[in-house]
Amino acid sequence: MKILLMLSVVPDTTSKINFTDDGTRFDKTGIQFVINPHDEFGLTKAMQIKEKTGAELHVVHVGPKENESVIRKTLAIGADKAFRIDADPRDSYYTAAQLAEFLKDKDYDLIIAGRESIDYNGSMVHGIVSALTGIRFINAVIGLELEGDKVLVDREIEGGKETLETRLPLIIGGQKGLVKEEELRIPNMRGIMMARRKPLEVLPPVEAPELTEYVKFEKPPAKGSVKLIDKDNLDELIDLLHNEAKVI
Amino acid sequence: MAILIYAEHQNGKPNKTAKELASYASAFAARTGDQVIALGFGLTEPEELYRYGVHKVLNVEDPRFADFNARAYAEAFRQAADATGASLILTGQTADALYFTPLLAGLLQSAYVTQVIDLPESVEPFTVKRKAFSNKAIAHVVLKTPVKILNLAKNSFGLRENAVEGTVETFAPQVDDGVFEDIKRVKVEKASGKVPLSDAEIIVSGGRGLKGPENWGMIEELAEVLGAATACSKPVADMGWRPHSEHVGQTGKQVAPNLYIAIGISGAIQHLAGVNSSKNILVINIDPEAPFFKAADYGVVGDAFEVVPALIEKLKKFKLNS
Repeated sequence: MKILLMLSVVPDTTSKINFTDDGTRFDKTGIQFVINPHDEFGLTKAMQIKEKTGAELHVVHVGPKENESVIRKTLAIGADKAFRIDADPRDSYYTAAQLAEFLKDKDYDLIIAGRESIDYNGSMVHGIVSALTGIRFINAVIGLELEGDKVLVDREIEGGKETLETRLPLIIGGQKGLVKEEELRIPNMRGIMMARRKPLEVLPPVEAPELTEYVKFEKPPAKGSVKLIDKDNLDELIDLLHNEAKVI
Repeated sequence: MAILIYAEHQNGKPNKTAKELASYASAFAARTGDQVIALGFGLTEPEELYRYGVHKVLNVEDPRFADFNARAYAEAFRQAADATGASLILTGQTADALYFTPLLAGLLQSAYVTQVIDLPESVEPFTVKRKAFSNKAIAHVVLKTPVKILNLAKNSFGLRENAVEGTVETFAPQVDDGVFEDIKRVKVEKASGKVPLSDAEIIVSGGRGLKGPENWGMIEELAEVLGAATACSKPVADMGWRPHSEHVGQTGKQVAPNLYIAIGISGAIQHLAGVNSSKNILVINIDPEAPFFKAADYGVVGDAFEVVPALIEKLKKFKLNS
């Protein structure tokens, strides 16, 4: 069995977000980059399958050289081999086209992505890859069970969950629930040492169109200061919620 | 030309997301003169959409589409876009739409933008505003293909009535049986009788400050009085006090109700990332230094075990008198 993680590298959640070049580019100065939180659940799930079945686990990432330290983390956690497609993508379709091209001559059984990246929050690259490759796809996956050729997948839906039955090969958009929070892996010293000797292959990008263009970024308007209401004067709170906010 | 929207429904009635998409499409069509067309699967009350400016409803009655199937729905949309000459397709921020729309974007090789928060700023070039970086930024994005697809952020436009004369037509997409066989639903579990988080106008959310699952009675009672849904912070779900389906935040559900009431939640950045699109935020916390107050519209500094029961009593009286 062969598993592939399609990795997103994102600014750490606590990062201050700023823009340069007159608001046209994200300012990477002083930003700590990490494995996309939604991908972490998929990576751990992949490791659990690998340990149970002896599967081989690869990682692919479309991004610049400076992201290699984050790719190495996935190798330190236990992935066997990584690929970096050497581009600095600014459009989801372009990214998906790179991944679709990469998948052309491969035979992965399970391809895992996060439901969205926490930087651009596009929620689409893995779905577009499915459309371009024809590999079946399930999004918002909160549980996955392999039973031979059969796969049972729990998907989050509005107000609950559903269980879907399908087969491999399969692309999933994973999220919390795929494994529990406390099961998430972090690299240990031995893993970090071993990761240095694991292969990280750099591939050139292919020609692909960019269908969207980010022309400007700005920060949302600052929130006005909070109206504090005395705990012994809750009538005032109800009045504000009714007459000012008009929500009750 | 036409704007094609996804008319998602609950028990055959167009849901709030469908009406919000119709409102958005109708407001945009007022500028462009486009016809607003809705595509739904098994609608029983499609006429409800006329009130929000939909001129034509395409209703898929083929029973194979009764269970949601992303690939089949994407294929149906592709065919409907072809048949209607739609240049703009709109879907909403729901589990099903976020699942099938990227497939549609890939099939059509169309520019697709999610988290859209307002009407297009310009038509040529076609530019929209969207949220990015977990709501810490707003981006202006140009869509460069002839057919464009937008996914509207929840509760970002609101409902606007604009009644028009509408018609309903049956639409029969050509999709192979194999597509439905390929991924099959075997089980559905839905919480019944409760307000679902995704549709809630008001959400009452509890954190670690509530000390234990046995204290959730007052959270549920407050929610009941307000007709609200209940939610919780990540540690509360991780400790098993509440089900994971109630977890709101960066790695949980993203919500945008009209009122989010946070009780005993400190307001970690990961939590804010999932709730800071709410129209109004009320924070009840014993700690005046809790970071959540900085993100709140209204705040009460006090012990939740005193404030919440008192608030419930006052709200009950208020509801009786109004």
